[in-house]
Amino acid sequence: MRNKHIGLGLFSLLVYIFLLGPLLIISATSFEPGTVLKFPPSGFSLQWYQNIFKVELFPQTFKTSIVISLLGNLLALLLGVPAAYALSRFSFRGKDTLNAIFLSPVLIPGIVLGFTMLKYLIVVYHLPIYTGLLIGHTVIMLPFIIRVIGSSLSSFDFAIEEAALSLGAGPLRTFFKVVLPNIRSGIIAAVLIAFLESFNNVDISLFMTGPGISTLPIQMLTYVENYFDPTIAAISMLLMILTAVLMFVIERLMGLSYFTKR
Amino acid sequence: MSLLTLDHISVAYDNQLILKDFNLSIEQGQLVSLLGPSGCGKTTTLRLIAGFLVAKDGKFMFGGKDYTRVPVNKRNFGFVFQSYALFPHLSVFENVAFGLRLRKMKEDEVKRRVLRILEVVSLAGFEKRFPRELSGGQRQRVAIARALVIEPDLLLFDEPLSNLDANLRVSMRVEIRRIQQELGITTVYVSHDQEECFSISDRVAIMNQGNIEQLDAPSTIFRYPATEYVARFIGFQNFLHFSERQDTDGEIELTLGSQKFKAIKHQGTSHPDARKGAFRPDDLALTEQENRLTDNVLPGIIKVSTYLGRSYQYAVETEYGEFTVNQEMDTPYLSGQRINLIFPKEKMVLVE
Repeated sequence: MRNKHIGLGLFSLLVYIFLLGPLLIISATSFEPGTVLKFPPSGFSLQWYQNIFKVELFPQTFKTSIVISLLGNLLALLLGVPAAYALSRFSFRGKDTLNAIFLSPVLIPGIVLGFTMLKYLIVVYHLPIYTGLLIGHTVIMLPFIIRVIGSSLSSFDFAIEEAALSLGAGPLRTFFKVVLPNIRSGIIAAVLIAFLESFNNVDISLFMTGPGISTLPIQMLTYVENYFDPTIAAISMLLMILTAVLMFVIERLMGLSYFTKR
Repeated sequence: MSLLTLDHISVAYDNQLILKDFNLSIEQGQLVSLLGPSGCGKTTTLRLIAGFLVAKDGKFMFGGKDYTRVPVNKRNFGFVFQSYALFPHLSVFENVAFGLRLRKMKEDEVKRRVLRILEVVSLAGFEKRFPRELSGGQRQRVAIARALVIEPDLLLFDEPLSNLDANLRVSMRVEIRRIQQELGITTVYVSHDQEECFSISDRVAIMNQGNIEQLDAPSTIFRYPATEYVARFIGFQNFLHFSERQDTDGEIELTLGSQKFKAIKHQGTSHPDARKGAFRPDDLALTEQENRLTDNVLPGIIKVSTYLGRSYQYAVETEYGEFTVNQEMDTPYLSGQRINLIFPKEKMVLVE
């Protein structure tokens, strides 16, 4: 019995090393004073962090990424909240099919989705690059919005809604005054998760970016193709910090169990 | 002229008719219960009155106006839910004030009314609490206050006490009845608990498969059930299916095979089509004496004898089926013993 626990402990340790090791190595190399990524680092320097802001494309694509993720998020919310509401509130024919369609962007390989969007949105319908990128990101965020808010609504007692109606509130007012406040934490979590998904996305952006318009992850890829200095490690550090902060906020709001549930 | 009338109402759910050609009318100021097992249509009826469901056919009249198509939020009915359905994100005060704020009432008037109604439901001093900080009984009283404060034209209860423990149920139903009578508010109350309905209602509607079997005062139903279904529901276990019924001056003569039976004329035998004699186990009597010639007697054999403490319960097999009899005695009859089963004519109720 005791031996078994030691074995399990060792195994967990290995898993942690395997998961967190690369992150630790990246963070260490970001402080490398030399011009080549190296581990262990030969000293300590913040020059590559400064370099991020010297390479104009980094701040510029960061801005694009933020704008696309926020705008896409807003669109995905406008589409996703009513969809999630309808899927939890009513039973109707074709509900399961609709559910599957709404979730399909997570199931279809990103490459396929990205290529298809490029083919139709840009090549066939000649949408501007920016619009195409926005649509692409809205589509990949939608399943997360619907899923997380849907899970929030599944524990919502719709009798509460009926109570508001019986007290004289119209359907819209009921939604905003009674339903929305009670799924608020679900909405915030959905927004954060969708934001991370969009902000870190490579496969869709790869197809949907174009001349003069790129996102941060794509710019990072391009950069690595040409340079092998620790700038990329420094950026990775900043992104990890951003992600960690967002995860912390989600955890505070509703616990990470939200991701593991169903 | 009744306050509320359901006129030939039909309600369908998933293409299945839950209510068909349903009629009900309720007088001003009364508390009427809808009582029946789950699936009998009582909750559907209540939700239709509330406006959560729309009738497929028929008319719902309220206070002389056609309410059939009036949406829920324009009806001004108070609804008390089984799950309480309090707004979790609002304090007790704001929960109760919700309906008043929608009515664009001045803040000091809102405050006055909320505090007054919280006093009525004995929750003064709780206004800052949140629903999660209250016990089940307190939550239900908030729910009642929230429904009452808008001065509804009608109060609707959907099994409001079924989530509470037994002691609380009894005190809460007394409370509901007190408030209802104090404010004189017309009320429809749905429950599957017979004792609950009988103790608080002016009238009880016993429902079965989307129909009202009987709508009467509780004491009338208890003594004079109208149908076999109602009779079974309130504890009549023995039925004689008579083939003929002959009404004479003071009595009713009934025939069961070669046996003659008599019943006394009273409210419980007055319906001319009722031809089933109904008895509670306590109403029947057993005797060893041979008196085949008298009316209202069937010979039988004791099948099972069960000791109940105060009395013995016997299952007696006769030519016309098995009957259940409770009898107080010191030495019980034995299984297999031949016995005569007496159906007292003054105890007989005739049902459909």
